[in-house]
This record gives sequence, structure tokens and C-alpha cells, in this order.
Amino acid sequence: MLEFILERGNYWAIIGLMMIGLYIAFASTNLIKRLIGLGLFQTSIILFYISLSRIDGGTAPILFGKDYKKDKGHGEGYGEAGDHAGEAAEHSAQAADAAYGAAKAYGEAGMENVYSNPLPHVLMLTAIVVGVATLAVGLAIIVRIREAYGTVEADEIRAMDLEVAIAEAAADAEQGKAGAV
Amino acid sequence: MIELISSMVPDTLAAHAPALLIAIPMLMAPIAAFMPSGRIAWILSILATGFSLVMAIVLVSQVQSIEGGAVISYAMGGWRPDAGIEFRIDALNSMILLLVSTIGFLAAIFSWPTVLAEIREAKTAMFYSAYLVCFTGLAGVASTGDAFNLFVFLEISSIATYVLVALGASRDRRALPAAGNYLLLGTIGASFFVVGVGFLYAATGTLNMAELAIRLESVQDNKAVFAGYAFIVVGLGIKAAMFPLHQWLPNAYAYSPSFVTMFLAATATKVALYALVRFLFTVFGLEFAFEGSTLIWILMPMGIAAMIACSFQAVFQTDVRRTLAYSSVAQVGYMLLGISIGTAAGVSAGLFHLVNHALIKGALFMALAGVVLTYQGTSLQDMRGLGRSSPWTMTAFAIGAVSLIGVPLTAGFQSKYVLVTALFEHGWWWAVAVVMFSSLLAVVYMGRILEAVFFRAPTNPNKRHKEAPLLILIPLWILALANIWVGVQGGFVAGLADDAAASLFIGGAP
Repeated sequence: MLEFILERGNYWAIIGLMMIGLYIAFASTNLIKRLIGLGLFQTSIILFYISLSRIDGGTAPILFGKDYKKDKGHGEGYGEAGDHAGEAAEHSAQAADAAYGAAKAYGEAGMENVYSNPLPHVLMLTAIVVGVATLAVGLAIIVRIREAYGTVEADEIRAMDLEVAIAEAAADAEQGKAGAV
Repeated sequence: MIELISSMVPDTLAAHAPALLIAIPMLMAPIAAFMPSGRIAWILSILATGFSLVMAIVLVSQVQSIEGGAVISYAMGGWRPDAGIEFRIDALNSMILLLVSTIGFLAAIFSWPTVLAEIREAKTAMFYSAYLVCFTGLAGVASTGDAFNLFVFLEISSIATYVLVALGASRDRRALPAAGNYLLLGTIGASFFVVGVGFLYAATGTLNMAELAIRLESVQDNKAVFAGYAFIVVGLGIKAAMFPLHQWLPNAYAYSPSFVTMFLAATATKVALYALVRFLFTVFGLEFAFEGSTLIWILMPMGIAAMIACSFQAVFQTDVRRTLAYSSVAQVGYMLLGISIGTAAGVSAGLFHLVNHALIKGALFMALAGVVLTYQGTSLQDMRGLGRSSPWTMTAFAIGAVSLIGVPLTAGFQSKYVLVTALFEHGWWWAVAVVMFSSLLAVVYMGRILEAVFFRAPTNPNKRHKEAPLLILIPLWILALANIWVGVQGGFVAGLADDAAASLFIGGAP
């Protein structure tokens, strides 16, 4: 049992970070801290994907040694396929098929070394960009909130909004009476 | 008319329609941002969305060219689908694309007067840029066949949406906390979705949705798949404003600029709901989603709770935009109820209502944008007597309201009728009673507004005999007449919905 838990240490860390992040995002009243929680939450997802890509004994997915030399031969094939790709829609599909087939054949041919899976890394590059954009927009909104309300505490903002809403309702009710008369 | 338009498009364009539909608005967005005047950016956004509309029409005609609906697979950059990103257009995608681009085009046309009034002039070009990015994201979600790509497009549209909502601050500062809240919940929703996709990737080793569907069949008992399923349903549920996850919606709709409210109400939640349907039926498959797990006992109660609780909340709002926002959540409940039946008829009813609701809410919020423009307020008091001072705007509003309630000869009636029929066929007669009750609540909350508009003397001293400008009136009446057209002769939209539902049920895989 202990072994089972310890073997999956990275996943426990991810779960822990994710829960901490979610808790901060919901429980904190300070808007900046909420964004920090959100950032933590998103980072834990990045860790999750990177954990998925790990293969026992695998190294960084950059070809080296004999694999590299093999790849050079195939690389030319890739380039040719790429040149044809521009010509027409059908041609490009065929060329891509050829390139893909070459890539696949060479994957099946077996590699000298073991590499970890590069795809999740690529996905997470995109996710990092998305996270940065979200954080930037969130911080910009908080700056505007601070300008408009003079505070970044969510409960104070809610109290101010409530006052405005009550005043509006009272004004509406008065107007309603005036209309009825 | 569809054949006529699609026959006029050159073949090279038609062959690349799925890519161009996304690429043109995406490329136009940065160009619009650098335009010296907002007017040029506005014209650019009309051109870009108009082009997307033509492409969507081409796609619909291509899909309809084969009996039962063709599936267009477009390999991005020439990479084979299992190696690269695939754009996959079937009957469901083409329907959603047609909806998004039609609403996007009409919204772009009508936006100019309201944007001029509500957005600072220096920001208008940037505003249209953000709008085009948002449009790109929504269209991308509706056309991609890759699960991770779907997340990216979802976030592209969402981030643009947060910006657009926050721009309402020049009219009411409460737009800012609303946008902040939306950002927090929306990001958590999207992150949940990514976690779910990660679990599926771990279990199957692919991200292509069609391939996922095939490989998931052999690993149905895997706990990771169950976890991924839960994360995806919750994540997309937040984006689609499924009942208990809808807290971001009322404030975001009430305080954002009128144009943004109209566009979001008609498209954003609809596209998220499409993604949910796509995952439930295509990726996970009917058996897993409905029998292997207990989805039916989640979606159906959520839908019913939304229909009742949010309709009640709508009754007690004093601001018309908030009333309509709560009503939107209630209407999402109708769609969820239809989908949760799990039969072709039920899903078709849900999708039919999805399209109709976009037409209804589009018309209602467009009319409200006209009201905001001329009278500066949307509280119930402000609406008094408007029927006399701006009859054209308010007649269109009334058509939308009547359609929302579900009076015969309107779009709302057609889809509710189809939904009730599907419910009866499935033996859920008690759900029919709930639909009736919720419709009665709709009579109450829309009736209050209509009563104030047509039968009360005006109280607001600012009121003059002032109609909304023609640029608003024309798209508004197009939507209002579309409501009646679908209501009288609903064959076209109902046919699209039927094809879309059928495409989900053929063999499990698309």
C-alpha cells in the first residue's frame, strides 16, 4: 500500500496543488490572491500533462546517436514532401500521407534510444500561452476594478454594489408611484 | 437559396471552406486593431463575418449534398488527421456554424450605433478586433475535430469575451467585477475540460475525437476514462451555464455592452452546449454516457431545476436584461432536458430549441440595445410606455417575447412542441407538466415587461418619440421575422436539427 502511494508521488503532488489552487481561487476575498490560486491550478494541470509524457528510462525527445543519422535520411524525404505540399490540395494530401507514412515506418523500425513522448510538452506550451493571456486579462481587469472601486477585496466590492442596487430599487419604486399617480 | 449562394462560390474557395471560415476573421482581427478609425474596423468585421457566413452556407450545402449528411474532413496544413489537426464538419457542425456566422453577421451590422454610444471612440477599433477574435474562437470550436484544439479555440473566444464584458464599465462599473467573476469561473471550467482531455489521452493515446470514440470502446471500464468524463461534463457545463454552474451569467449579461450581451446570449453558451453534446454522443458514445454512467440522473434534474428555479428568479428581477439573462439559463434547461432523453427525437428537439433560442434572445437583446441607445435604461420602469414612442422596436421585441413564451406560429412553439412530443414518446409525461409550468412562468415574466411596454403611461421624462436607428431595426426585424418564419414553416431549421441528431446516432462514431 505504502509503495503504491509513494510510486505515484507526482500525482499526489498534482492533486494537492490543484486543490490548494481551487481553494484559494474560491475562498480568498482578495482578487489578486484569487488569480494566484487560478495560476496554481493551471500550473498543476501542466505538471499533470508532463507526468503523462514520461516513459521509463526515456530521455528528452531530441534524436541523438544512431537515431539522428537515420532521421537525416528521412529528413530529406520530409523536405520533398513539404515542397510538393504547396502545389495543390490533392497533392498536398498525398505528400503529407507520404511524410506521415515515412514517419510511421521509421517509428516502427525502432529506435536506438528511448525517448519520452513530446506531444504533451507541445500541448502544454499552448496551455502556458493560454494561461499567460488569461492572467494578463485578469490583472488588467483588476487594475480597472481598483480604479473604479478603490479596493481589490471582493466582499467590499459586493457591499458597494449592494448599496447601489438598493438605491436603484428605491428610486425605481418612487418613479413607479409617481407613474401610478 | 443555399444552392444559389454556394454555386456562386469558386471551387478553390469551396474546397478550403472549413479553414477559410476561421482564418479570415482571425486574420482580420489584428488588421482591425490597427485601423485609425472605428468605422473602418466595423466595415472590416462586417466583411469578415459576412465571408464566414457564405463559407458556412457552402459547408451546409456540401453536407446536405449526400442523403443523410456527408462528413467533410479537412486536414489542416495537409497533415493526415491522426498526425495533425483535423477539421471535421458533419450535419451538427454545419448547423452550429451556420447559426454562429448568421448571428455574428447580423450582430456586426447592428453594432455600430450602440458601440458608438457605449464604447469610447479611441477603443472602437480594438473593440471590433476583440469581437472578431471571439467570433473566430466560437467558429473554431464548432468546426474542429481535435479535442485539445477545441480547448484552445474555447479559450480564444473566452478571453476575448472577458475583455468585451469588461468594456461595459464605461456605462456601469459593475461590469468589471462581473467580468472578473466570469474570468475566474470560465478559466476553471476550461481547465477542468483540459484535465478531462488529459485523462482521455492517457487512456487512449489520441486527441482526435473520431479516433477517441473508436479507442474508448475498448477501455470503457478504465477509471481514468470515468474521471475524464466527469471533468469534461463539469468543465463544459460551466461554459454552457448548466444550472448550478451558471452564477457568472446574469451579471455578465446585465452589465456588458448591449452588443456584447446580444452576441453572447445568442452564441457563446450555445457553442459550449454543442461541445458538450459532441463529447457525450460522439466521443463517449450513447451507451457509455447514458447507461455505463448515470448521466441521465444528472442532466435531467439539472435541466428541470434550471427551468423552474431560474424562471422564478426571472420573475422577481426589476431589470429587463437580468430577467432575460435568468430566462437564458432556464432555456438552457429545456435543451438539457431534450438531450437527456437520449433518443434521436429528444436530441433533435434540444438542438432545434438551441437554434430557436438563439433567434429569440438575439431579437430580444437587439431590441433592448435599441432601448438602451435611446433611453439609457433597461429597468422595468424605463420600459413603460415604449410601445407608443417606438412602435417598430417594441413590436419586434414583442414578437421575440411571444416566441420565448411559446405561442403558436412562433419559433418557440415549434421547438417546445417537438420537445413535448419527444418527452411523451419516452414516457416522461411528468416532465411535460414541468415544461408547461415553466412556460407559464415565462408568461408571467415576459408579460410583466410587455404590460409595462404597451399598457402603461410613460414615466421616464427622457422619452421622446424616438425609434432605434435603421441599422438596428433592419437586423432586428430580420431576426424577428425569422422567428415567425420558423414558427410557420419550421421545416428548414427542424430538418437541420434532425440531420444533426441523426449524425450523432449513426453507429456511435461520426
